[in-house]
Amino acid sequence: MSSLADKIQEVFNEPGCATNTGKSEKQRKKGCTKPLQPGGAAGGCAFDGAKIALQPIVDVAHLVHGPIACEGSSWDNRGVKSSGSKLYRTGFTTDMGENDVVFGGEKRLFKSIREIIEKYDPPAVFVYQTCVPAMMGDDIAAVCKLAAAKFGKPVIPIISPGFVGPKNLGNKLAGEAMLDHVIGTQEPDFTTPYDINIIGEYNVAGEFWQVKPLLDELGIRILSCLSGDARYHEVARAHRARAAMMVCSTAMINVARKMEERYGIPFFEGSFYGITDTSDSLRQIATLLIARGAPDELMGRVEAVIAREEARAWEALKAFTPRLTGKKVLLITGGVKSWSVVAALQEAGLTIVGTSVKKSTKEDKERLKEMSPDVHQIDDLRPREMYKMLKDAQADIMLSGGRSQFVALKARMPWLDINQERSYGYEGYVGVVELVRQIDKALSNPIWAQVRAPAPWAEISWEDRADAANAADAAALAADPALAEAQRRGELVCHCRQIDVGTIEDAVRSHDLTVIAQVTQLTQAGGGCGGCKDKIASILGRVAADAAPAARVA
Amino acid sequence: MAKVVSSGKYCTVNPLRMSQPLGAALAFMGVRNCMPLLHGSQGCTSFGLVLFVRHFRESIPLQTTAMSEVATVLGGFDNVEQAIVNIVNRTKPDIIGICSTGVTEIKGDDLDSFIKVIRAKHPELAGVALVPVSTPDFKDAFEDGWATTVAKMVDVLVEAPAGARDPARINVLPGSHLTAGDLDELRDIIEAFGLQPTFLPDISGSLDGHVPDDFTPTTHGGVAVGEIAAMGRAVHTLAIGEQMRAAAIALEAKAGIPFTLLRRLTGLAASDALMACLARISGRPVPQKYRRQRSQLVDAMLDGHFYFGGKQVAIGAEPDMLLNIGGWLTEMGCRITAAVTTTTSPVLEQVPADEVVVGDLEDLETRAEGCDLLVTHSHGRQAAERLGVPLHRIGLPIFDRLGAAHQLAVGYRGTRDLIFTVGNLFIAAIREPTIDSWRQAGVMAEQGDAKVTAH
Repeated sequence: MSSLADKIQEVFNEPGCATNTGKSEKQRKKGCTKPLQPGGAAGGCAFDGAKIALQPIVDVAHLVHGPIACEGSSWDNRGVKSSGSKLYRTGFTTDMGENDVVFGGEKRLFKSIREIIEKYDPPAVFVYQTCVPAMMGDDIAAVCKLAAAKFGKPVIPIISPGFVGPKNLGNKLAGEAMLDHVIGTQEPDFTTPYDINIIGEYNVAGEFWQVKPLLDELGIRILSCLSGDARYHEVARAHRARAAMMVCSTAMINVARKMEERYGIPFFEGSFYGITDTSDSLRQIATLLIARGAPDELMGRVEAVIAREEARAWEALKAFTPRLTGKKVLLITGGVKSWSVVAALQEAGLTIVGTSVKKSTKEDKERLKEMSPDVHQIDDLRPREMYKMLKDAQADIMLSGGRSQFVALKARMPWLDINQERSYGYEGYVGVVELVRQIDKALSNPIWAQVRAPAPWAEISWEDRADAANAADAAALAADPALAEAQRRGELVCHCRQIDVGTIEDAVRSHDLTVIAQVTQLTQAGGGCGGCKDKIASILGRVAADAAPAARVA
Repeated sequence: MAKVVSSGKYCTVNPLRMSQPLGAALAFMGVRNCMPLLHGSQGCTSFGLVLFVRHFRESIPLQTTAMSEVATVLGGFDNVEQAIVNIVNRTKPDIIGICSTGVTEIKGDDLDSFIKVIRAKHPELAGVALVPVSTPDFKDAFEDGWATTVAKMVDVLVEAPAGARDPARINVLPGSHLTAGDLDELRDIIEAFGLQPTFLPDISGSLDGHVPDDFTPTTHGGVAVGEIAAMGRAVHTLAIGEQMRAAAIALEAKAGIPFTLLRRLTGLAASDALMACLARISGRPVPQKYRRQRSQLVDAMLDGHFYFGGKQVAIGAEPDMLLNIGGWLTEMGCRITAAVTTTTSPVLEQVPADEVVVGDLEDLETRAEGCDLLVTHSHGRQAAERLGVPLHRIGLPIFDRLGAAHQLAVGYRGTRDLIFTVGNLFIAAIREPTIDSWRQAGVMAEQGDAKVTAH
């Protein structure tokens, strides 16, 4: 476990990450992930993150070493697509029982690996550590090593048990496993000046295939993709690429950076969501390849493809713009898609009325601000606020991940899935058109008027009831200053540590705090992601302003 | 809305339409202890018998006057008389429904006068109701045969009310597009309002696929002749489907009962209309059970609309069924890109499609190119296979699936389940993207999108 602790520390200390480099030595040690709040956590665990990151390698047997809960409730639930082997969709788990817990699960793990190799003969087996065997002390790295020697096949330990942290950490640990055990272990049959790696692209709903044909047409070879529709041998040969594109924001930044360090492969961060972003990414790929020795004429061909595809996409979008212009989209999503989807939507004439940035890093938020200045950033959205917000925002449609869909739907609100579970691809030029087509489809569906109509026996519609309830709440607050004050004080400032306004105000007043660091020290507020520091600063200012006249009176 | 056109072909290919006498016979099968009798050659009966047996998976009471060539030329009176006498002797029915067929209509056999003569000649038949109905198979369709028969039964069997009306009794005249399961559901709904419905006809009693205590050669279940006679005492009549208008008017004329015609029972608004109507007739609030069901339906619509939105559907069905299912699919976001029906009807213009073709399954297949779902009876299976699209089976015959009699499509619950059934067909037909299908999204966008203005 000490090596896992070291690895996590190493992953946290990411020089490629602007937030991290801006931190003090001490802060850096604490790491960048938010400690999870018991009773207040909703995201996936590190195992989940590792599995998400690697499962799109399609010909590998992904074996989960743990009790049934880990794989049993999660297998084959991601819409990533394969153009070849379907082995990645087969759920393999050691399904540990009581005996394994008592006597150790290593034997069962070894035998499981043997069975998989005998029955399925995959090019490699990935073994995922989970919490229970990690706690028991099963040394899966040793088992993997033994099995690899015995069966003459790569057996790769993915050490990312759920309890070490959130999904994002798991993404990174998975990348580390690739760097340590896979990348650079095989040599390609040949190389070309046009070989690239795509890092952090999972091919959800087959959407990378909306872009890949363009790269094929340009003669740009994807030597390796981490990890959408990848084969094991491609990942093993990734170190011979000339350049790399990092797609999914910070999820695998460690892989991109270390490959630059180790193998001299330059990378850029780009996106295939939206017309402009796609074109920019194609240009950047060409720029990097030319810098690494590809002929200059590549750029000319890239520009020609961009011109052709952009014209085609704008033409296709034109059919929708009259219907969609002025329509308001409420975007609620975490991470990368906040900023990458915004651009795509704006290109179709839609207006973004709000976005939640729950899972986004600070850079994501900055980018969002830059791209769409009138976006109201909403840190966390409670379901009961949804109806009021939709109404206040006068949004026409909500775009979000799968789990929040029911909030929207129960509020009789058009909704579109833009997260992992979605069934349509939205990448590249055709993907933008598809996204807009889906929005148009959702908006124009005739069920909305029907489901909003009151039941024949209802004297008032449910909207009227909700409005009345909201108005009653507001009136109660206005009539009861104590209640209003309690509500104001109860508002969360620091979501990581669940610290509210009142706690901070009390601390500031009773200890005469003046700077944010003191507040963090005393209340823990701001000790997580640090995203609430602006709010803490404004509380400090407000309390100081309140205190000043009082001091004068005294 | 829709333009009604004829396919204009000389040759019907893969027929959608079924004949009037079959619709008439089925209507009679909704009456208790009844023997439907087709006045025609043996084949008219045996083909119909096989069709019903395959659909309902039940033994079907259906007799024939077994017209020979000579009898046809000389007139069928003797055959009708013998058939009735034999049936009464052998099966002791309460009612015999005599349906004409093409061959006897061409000859000009006048069933009404035949019956008068037979009555005069055979006083021993006094206890048996004899209802003749003119249903030549060279015109109109199944639905018309059903409608004509119900109107005729009203005319012959319903008695003008003597004394006060019963405020709890209502009549229901269901169209031929409702299944036994639909009627059961409708009965439950009506009874929940404290009303006692009489269905004419009631195939839910006879063709609901139950195991009877003993064998009878006639229908075992359905509405009794006496109950039909007493329909005049009801306070209101619900007619389901435009085809039942004539019967409802006949009932109004004969017994002075006002009627409400509900053209559709599938869909949220249609079910709301039913509930509102029953609440009004009964003076009672909508029961809690249906308030819950409505909420479940709304949720099913929300969950399901993703899979219906923008889908192109080709439907082949009789007019009332076409309007019911087509209207509902359109409300779910589908576009009816092909609509083929069997006969003319005032509702055809209301079908939410550009055009309704009175034609056959070939017309449907040629117009269904590029559709996502085919909706018609089991004979659509070949077309669906050739088109590579799923088939949702509705109507009659459904011979290659179980449970045809219990397909439920009415009310909140029926609509909810229909969303699941059809939605699951759409889900099962989702094609996995492949590396070569990348341009399809754009291409589909150009071809396949529903016009917003169409809604």
